[in-house]
Amino acid sequence: MSTQQATAPAPAPSSVPDSPRRREGRVRKPLLYVVASLGLLVMSAPFLWMALSAFKTKKDLTASPPVWIPSTWTLQNFTDLLDQLDMPRYFLNSLIVAVLVTVCNLLFCSMLGYALAKLNFSGRSKVFGVVLAALMVPGNLMILPLYVLMNKLNLLDSYAGLVLPFAAGAFGVFLMRQFMVTIPDELLEAARMDGAGEWYIFWRIVLPLVKPALATLTIFTFLGSWNNFIWPLIATNDPDKYTLPVALATFANDPNRTVGGGNGMLMAGSLLVVLPVLLVFAVLQRHFTQGIATAGMK
Amino acid sequence: MSSTTTPGAAAERPTPVRSGAVKAPAPGPGRGRGKKRSMGKQNLAGWLFSTPFLVLFGVFMLFPIVATLLMSFTDFGTRNVTRPLEAKFVGFDNYVQLFGDDKFLKALFNTAYFVVVGVPLTIVLGLLVAILLNNGIDRARTFFRVGFYAPVVTTIVAVAIVWRFVLDPSDGLIAGLGAELGFSTPDFLGSETWAMPSLIMMAVWRNMGTVMVLMIAGLQAIPTEVREAARLDGASAWQELRRITVPLLRPTLLYATVITTIGYLNVFEEPFVMTQGGPSDSTLTVSLDMYREGFNFFHMGYASAMAYVLFVVIMGITVLQLRLMKDNTK
Repeated sequence: MSTQQATAPAPAPSSVPDSPRRREGRVRKPLLYVVASLGLLVMSAPFLWMALSAFKTKKDLTASPPVWIPSTWTLQNFTDLLDQLDMPRYFLNSLIVAVLVTVCNLLFCSMLGYALAKLNFSGRSKVFGVVLAALMVPGNLMILPLYVLMNKLNLLDSYAGLVLPFAAGAFGVFLMRQFMVTIPDELLEAARMDGAGEWYIFWRIVLPLVKPALATLTIFTFLGSWNNFIWPLIATNDPDKYTLPVALATFANDPNRTVGGGNGMLMAGSLLVVLPVLLVFAVLQRHFTQGIATAGMK
Repeated sequence: MSSTTTPGAAAERPTPVRSGAVKAPAPGPGRGRGKKRSMGKQNLAGWLFSTPFLVLFGVFMLFPIVATLLMSFTDFGTRNVTRPLEAKFVGFDNYVQLFGDDKFLKALFNTAYFVVVGVPLTIVLGLLVAILLNNGIDRARTFFRVGFYAPVVTTIVAVAIVWRFVLDPSDGLIAGLGAELGFSTPDFLGSETWAMPSLIMMAVWRNMGTVMVLMIAGLQAIPTEVREAARLDGASAWQELRRITVPLLRPTLLYATVITTIGYLNVFEEPFVMTQGGPSDSTLTVSLDMYREGFNFFHMGYASAMAYVLFVVIMGITVLQLRLMKDNTK
């Protein structure tokens, strides 16, 4: 609903006041496109360099004036990488953790979001205060005792240990509350009059109405988990439980990694980590920008 | 949970006894009654809906926040990982030691450097790109936005590895381009002078998109009439930016500045992957120093004190920013 609104009226404002601006616009517009394109080129240069380097031979990788396009394309970097690193395993670990974290957040954040937006309960403003305060607390503040706690609970090197600290984020609660506040009270009152319980109202009426927000939350939570680094770095010692970023960073900082050809392998690894994210982003980009904007505006 | 609330909602209507017990200060006369009764029911439901979050918050956030504070007053070390209660209370020793620790002071300075240079750059560039894309570009607007935003979604570790290669003094892209154009480039990540600016450059590249998206949303909320009126009065582009756009964007600017500052104060991945804090600690940040003290040397009490110093700095700066920006609007 709101996602379409955001893109649909966008062209309108630019076409309406066009006429007064036309004269100067004709001179300035092409220049602006050149500036924007140059900016875009600089922004995407590291990605292009990564993607092309992943397919380069050792010779091209160390060529003295750098070559952009590989003189011979090779998959050697990928096969070398897969020989040295169990990438499918790390990929699976990252995926399992991200899916679990996302499912937990979708459920728990929208539950509390609903309570804060639509249920008149005694501690409401206090709980909301807790959520707002939690938004401000940096994650690094908690990791030391969290490590001790997880060690005590025997949850280091386990999926549960990687998921639980991120299972209900304050950002998600805030996002869901902001969306649910806009649902008209009359709708819920009508359902209550008909004898519907709060869980039924939440599950059958409210959740379907906030699908765009759920989509946004899914994307952000999944991405946050996929890119998360410091906690998985601390909470895993067993390479079998490494997530992709941990495996990649460990490999990149390993002094025994073969020098020279190493850069090719690292670019191949980075490409494998970044590519799925970029593809998902390209398909769902509308929800990203929408989500950031809503969280920021309200 | 549904079994406790759903039938309750239907069954309770004729008998207000139970809901009265939960809250309801003496059923008032007439119309007030219905409201109060539903308030009692919503009270229970509200708490039930809050439970999962509150439990997770309590165990994995509130407890660690308090525990970090307690640990910062102890000599918590390797053997306390298995026996945490045996850590010895040492008062403010860790904090006193911190402010005589040259390494930590350097880390504080480096983090401040990163924030003081990085945040304004990120905000200004993000704002400029937003204005450019919002006002100057009609065609392929989405294409440009996606392009500028793409670095935000990528894994920091992966792009840090890519940047390390881009900045490599022998095989890197920038060194190669420099050599071709006939000027020599510094060994960016190997030089005490250039390592931190290089990390800042990467952070600006990666985080500009967030600011841009926020600003575009803010710009679209400014009524076109305001701009038109300014133009009719003969305002130049610069005046329009200074007197119209920036003041009207103040709430968005505030939000963007606060989240960027918090993020930058916690900077960890970039130095961890790109420089390991070097050369000679010139890119050692507070988070990286804390990680090393805590998890390489297991000086966890000491590291906890670092975490709290950083936390207090973050809180102080956030409150200060909120104050400054709010007062200016009045």
